Amino acid sequence: MKALVVAFVSGLLFGLGLLLSGMNNPAKVRGFLDILGDWQPALIAVMAGAVGTFALVYALSHKLDKPWFAYRFHTPALNRIDARLMLGAMLFGIGWGLAGLCPGPALVNIASLDGRILGFVMMLLIGNRLAHYLVGPVKKPF
Amino acid sequence: MLYELLGGLLIGAAASLLWIGIGRISGMTGVLSSLFMLEQWQRRSWALAFLAGLMIAYPVFWLLGGKIDIEMTSSPLLWASAGLIVGFGTYLGNGCTSGHGVCGMGRLSLRSTVATITFIAAGVVTVLVMNALEVSV
Repeated sequence: MKALVVAFVSGLLFGLGLLLSGMNNPAKVRGFLDILGDWQPALIAVMAGAVGTFALVYALSHKLDKPWFAYRFHTPALNRIDARLMLGAMLFGIGWGLAGLCPGPALVNIASLDGRILGFVMMLLIGNRLAHYLVGPVKKPF
Repeated sequence: MLYELLGGLLIGAAASLLWIGIGRISGMTGVLSSLFMLEQWQRRSWALAFLAGLMIAYPVFWLLGGKIDIEMTSSPLLWASAGLIVGFGTYLGNGCTSGHGVCGMGRLSLRSTVATITFIAAGVVTVLVMNALEVSV
């Protein structure tokens, strides 16, 4: 139960952070990507603040045997840099540039009930399942 | 730039809480995929709680007096293809801006750093090409 409360609060804070920073606004994201045009570099501060904070806490977490409310840290098992990763990242980047939305902000914006957001999220889920059935999950190196 | 920095710190704090609290990486791609793995609900219930928190952030932010702008394309062709490609690509690459960008780079993972540089570069090129072709958004 405590684990679920932690996850809920974390999701809420994450969403508030996206909204406060303006990451949820597609035009702002596209402005950030438009480095040779009317570049709006302010979103660099979002990345710097988020990565810096997490890097610090992640480094400190090595002193803990386990998380507060779980049995172990689920460190990602994948570390390969392969064609699958590169193709996936490239496709994601193209879609990100097209509409200015990545998954987190799209999910946060659902409550706006904007039809374009709801449509985007629906297509996001379809794309996820398409890749699942056509390609399948990565085989983990255990 | 202040709101961007504060927002970033909040996102970092959220990711830190999930890691220290329950040892999970706050990656939206993983959270999305969890929606289709509900048969493993005991292992995945955290993702649903996280998603609930994420989705309630909008009304909470609004009630607190926050200003929310959503300016995006009205072309169904554009947003629909973008959604499809983002969904497909993030599944293939096992992560997006949150999992690879925030958590992966924060863990100093080379794999995530390469992924992040790649998707930002692809996004930059996409916007450049759209501007060059004068695609109206």
